[in-house]
Amino acid sequence: MADANEPVSVVGIPSRVEYTYSPGRATTRFLRAIEQKRLMGQRCTGCGKVYIPPRGACPRCGLPTDEEVELTDKGTVVSFTVVRVPSENIQLELPYAAGSILLDGADIPFQALLRDVEVADVRPGMRVQAVWVDDAELQPSFTNIKWFHPIDEPDVPFEKFQEHL
Amino acid sequence: MRDVAIVSYAQTPYQSSVSAQNEVEMLMPILSEAVEKSGIPRKEIGFTCSGSTDYLAGQSFSFVMAVDALGAWPPIRESHVEMDGAWALYESWVKIQTGEVDSALIFSFGRQSMGDLPSVLCLQLDPYVLQPLHPDGISLAALQARALLDAGKSSEREWAQIAVRSRADAKDNPDALVKGDADVDAFLAESCVASPLRPHTLPPVTDGAAAMVIAAGDLARRVSEKPVWIRGIDHRLDPHMPGVRDLTVSPSTAKATEKAGGAAGVEVAELHAPFAPQEVILRDAMGLGSDVKINPSGGPLAAHPMMVAGLARIGEAARQIWGGKAGRALAHATQGPCLQQNLVTILEAD
Repeated sequence: MADANEPVSVVGIPSRVEYTYSPGRATTRFLRAIEQKRLMGQRCTGCGKVYIPPRGACPRCGLPTDEEVELTDKGTVVSFTVVRVPSENIQLELPYAAGSILLDGADIPFQALLRDVEVADVRPGMRVQAVWVDDAELQPSFTNIKWFHPIDEPDVPFEKFQEHL
Repeated sequence: MRDVAIVSYAQTPYQSSVSAQNEVEMLMPILSEAVEKSGIPRKEIGFTCSGSTDYLAGQSFSFVMAVDALGAWPPIRESHVEMDGAWALYESWVKIQTGEVDSALIFSFGRQSMGDLPSVLCLQLDPYVLQPLHPDGISLAALQARALLDAGKSSEREWAQIAVRSRADAKDNPDALVKGDADVDAFLAESCVASPLRPHTLPPVTDGAAAMVIAAGDLARRVSEKPVWIRGIDHRLDPHMPGVRDLTVSPSTAKATEKAGGAAGVEVAELHAPFAPQEVILRDAMGLGSDVKINPSGGPLAAHPMMVAGLARIGEAARQIWGGKAGRALAHATQGPCLQQNLVTILEAD
């Protein structure tokens, strides 16, 4: 037991705040569609670029992206990384790859896991497709896509996606 | 000093919750409106500065996402203050004084409805010197109100009268949230939220955003038929620790008012007193006479979008001048518990 006269130098102060988050109109439309296994992007009324997942604005033009564009679940790996270091929150077997995926028709890539492929074979330009959860498990969430895996299509040359890194 | 004027102002209609919209969706229409009204093409505005706090969204660096609403390509000169938008105006005014730019777009936003504001603000910043006690802003404002009563400087009836006046004036403001005819005695019959504060003395939970464009002398005269000149702007603060202050007075407000040019000749004052008793302290610190019209917009008791309400006071004061209701106006913004930080702006017609 500590000396009763020993100054206290550290105290724990438990605290907690709760939020009710809402993602906004554009992302809500995206989430309602992905709940139906559809991928809805949005096109900027100014420059014509297609964003997915949409946040409601074209950051280039500062304009609303009001036009809905349905995209396929196929895309191209534009860049990737291989994870070899364990992390507390990640249950995956090491090593594994995560990539920036540019869906066909989209102008901005998003990040996703790459599986069903040797990490040594992952490369920019590789064609991939989404692997979905079972229909019974669909939710208004991006986690409906478990990962992307390679499909038997020729690689896309760098020049075709270099603007979308 | 360079002459600087407000050339445009826009704000959202204030709501108790805009849950359908995210921050960017809330901002885009008013940014466009402010830029369009300014007469300065968006790409020619020299500087952009925003005021907000990530704690309202509960997401670190969420203020960066607001940049999506700007169309910041090619890259722009942009800055952010973790303060009410009034302080973003201050930074922009300083930026113009340096001579680097001639114009600036200022905006601020807050979706307070996503969390419980008293707990959020308590964990955000103030006053961490008392943190094991978790004193929230309402409780601290109640201590301040109690000190006012004990000092014989104000009364619960006076606060109810302030609330009645605010709601009545807010009827003419389409953007205000809490408005209508109210009765002093009915207000005094309410139970206390935190003694001696009753619900009518508290600011309403409010979501909203505001945007403003300012410009230096010649540019302001060229683009605006009626520029509202910022004759003085000054920011002062009282100690962080409430326990070392006399909560019934606001020396920082008195100092800021003096340094901004003084309240003499002011016809209208928009005061950022989130709690009704604080208006009494501010009026006293500024030396405002009974002939000065206080908060014709309805003030913060009619709408209090956190991080926006201070900039909104300046915008509403400018609207009074644009509308011909005043030639000289004072606008005040505050941050922190018990009026800790105070910014005073003196505005004038041409």
